[in-house]
Amino acid sequence: MRFRLTEDQRALRDGVRELLGRRFDREALWGAVAGGDGVGGADRGREGPAGGPPRLDRALWRTLGDAGFFALRLPEADGGVGLGLPEAVLAFEEAGRALLPGPLLATHLAAGAVPGAATGETVVAAVDGMLVEWLAEADVVRGDATGAVPLHSLDPLTPLHRLPARQPGRDPVAALLTAAEQLGTAARVCELAAQHARAREQFGRPVGAFQAVAHLCAGMLVRTETARAAVYAAAVTADPVDIAAARLLADEAAVHGARDCLQVHGGMGFTWESEVHLHLKRAWVRTHRTGGVTESEEILAAALMAGEA
Amino acid sequence: MDLSYTPEEEEFRARLRDWLATTLPGLPPKPSPDDWPGRRAYDLGWQRRLHDAGYADVHWDASPTLRLIFLEETEQAGAPYVGANFVGLLHAGPTIAAEGTPEQRERWLPPILRGEEVWCQGFSEPEAGSDLAALRTRARRDGDTYVVTGSKIWTSHAEVADWCELLVRTDPHAPKHRGITWLAMPMDAPGITVRPLRTLAGSAEFAEVFLDEVCVPVENRVGDENDGWRVTMVTLSFERGTAFAGEVVACRRVLAELAVEARKNGRWDDPALRRRLGRLGAEFRALWRLAQWNVSAAEASGGVPGTGGSVFKLRYSHARQELYDAAAEVLGADCLDLDRPWTLDRLSSLSYTIAAGTSQIQHTIVAERILGLPKGR
Repeated sequence: MRFRLTEDQRALRDGVRELLGRRFDREALWGAVAGGDGVGGADRGREGPAGGPPRLDRALWRTLGDAGFFALRLPEADGGVGLGLPEAVLAFEEAGRALLPGPLLATHLAAGAVPGAATGETVVAAVDGMLVEWLAEADVVRGDATGAVPLHSLDPLTPLHRLPARQPGRDPVAALLTAAEQLGTAARVCELAAQHARAREQFGRPVGAFQAVAHLCAGMLVRTETARAAVYAAAVTADPVDIAAARLLADEAAVHGARDCLQVHGGMGFTWESEVHLHLKRAWVRTHRTGGVTESEEILAAALMAGEA
Repeated sequence: MDLSYTPEEEEFRARLRDWLATTLPGLPPKPSPDDWPGRRAYDLGWQRRLHDAGYADVHWDASPTLRLIFLEETEQAGAPYVGANFVGLLHAGPTIAAEGTPEQRERWLPPILRGEEVWCQGFSEPEAGSDLAALRTRARRDGDTYVVTGSKIWTSHAEVADWCELLVRTDPHAPKHRGITWLAMPMDAPGITVRPLRTLAGSAEFAEVFLDEVCVPVENRVGDENDGWRVTMVTLSFERGTAFAGEVVACRRVLAELAVEARKNGRWDDPALRRRLGRLGAEFRALWRLAQWNVSAAEASGGVPGTGGSVFKLRYSHARQELYDAAAEVLGADCLDLDRPWTLDRLSSLSYTIAAGTSQIQHTIVAERILGLPKGR
């Protein structure tokens, strides 16, 4: 048993992190939030939530395609990278960390099925439960989006459409990769909280020296690392019950973590220009994807009843 | 990331499973919880069987992965717990193995492995709990002996122990971490009084130990005089490593039994309860994976238990309390009946967030050592 990242997996994770750091840095993030290219820096935050739905950066999308983000699990014979779920989980975790916008999941799942999806030439959106993410920007929509109406999305980087009725669920892989993104969020907000707790001084010392603050941060780490073990194990086994467990813990680690991160940041955490709310809002959006709390808990309960504790 | 076991590991598992299947039916009946001499004999007898079958030192010399397999298989088979051998096998033994002289290892280790001698732990004191280094039990050097006076608390198996791993203050003027010494105290020495402590579960699981001018030979000191804090830290990292991994298997079994009970009494039809049990299923699945993750990390670092133990201990102790709270919901009013299963377990579980480093201490360890937050008080 070697339940740790291989050299290749580390290299892949570092490579994705490096690519996203270079191609989607803070400037790009705030530019996207402001609702247009090149608007960042001094102007950041002026737009506020009324800045209109975000546009997808198609050049970035092609870069992701070239890097193999969408074709990661496609067999080499079909022009893919030929890797497995563990590698896809690592890539999606990085996407979650970086707050990378766009219908990543739908496009990744469409690779091999929708022409151009694997390379990033075609942007694919998909119906998921009651919602469709990035519908207006997509070239292809999978599932029946008839009657979809736009929501005024609370996440400035995820435009949403709502359907008149819930559509049946997708495969467990979608739930697992969502869990991976949530894991990335959980890890990132834990880092942000710890950074802030080390740097911000009150009463003449860093606020992280106060146990009330330190223990909030420690709780975030515990939830993150427990979720990590569940998510990585589910990536190895691909077992639907393991995936339900992973999703449950990762949703919790992301949402609870982002809330605590906001709390650690104090008043700054409540401002638009703090990055924290973007993580919380994204984490909230992901909890509404198929395979959320109720579904996962029922899957796990059914497994208990079947004698698979 | 590989969750499969090597052929050697699978062979170890298969042999162990066979051995458990043939050995467990031949065990004597379990003694009653209040029968301390009976419990001592039972636990030592189990260790003797392990020894004769070649499993005595699985906690010391085996790879972390084999240890995990051992914990998983023995728990799944319903084998006896380490019980009275806990301190010898998981505290004192590893400490002596790491820090003792060849003579000390020869004197103390074989009887632990063969199931002949029981050790207890004299660390905590009434005024030194989480702040262990504040301990006051005093040892005065008098020629070839230390003369020890003070008191210890929360000492499990003190009534039936042969030896006590004892922390004493040998230099009252040094900074508190630097004046401590580690001694092996024979429990039959004159001046020792053991008073059982009754827990909230009604049983006497541990004791207070009063020491009045107890003479301990200097040759029983492990490590240098005043170096006992460092010697002790070796011990504690063992305690927080994989010690609880087997119990996750036990929790999963309890959870399965709860589902069966809930189905029987109709409470399973309550979606809130059913989902609560489902969530606990996720919790213990994840904890098992976390144990595997920590074991793999220990394997990669040459067997040193890392800070992952604190993460595991925090999550596990909380989850186990949640498990018995859920059991109470399944049982309804029967959860107030001490004769029902799980009622006593629920009471016992209240200690998990306190023993072996409180959750608050563990959070502080995580904050300082993993997240790099500044030390504070």
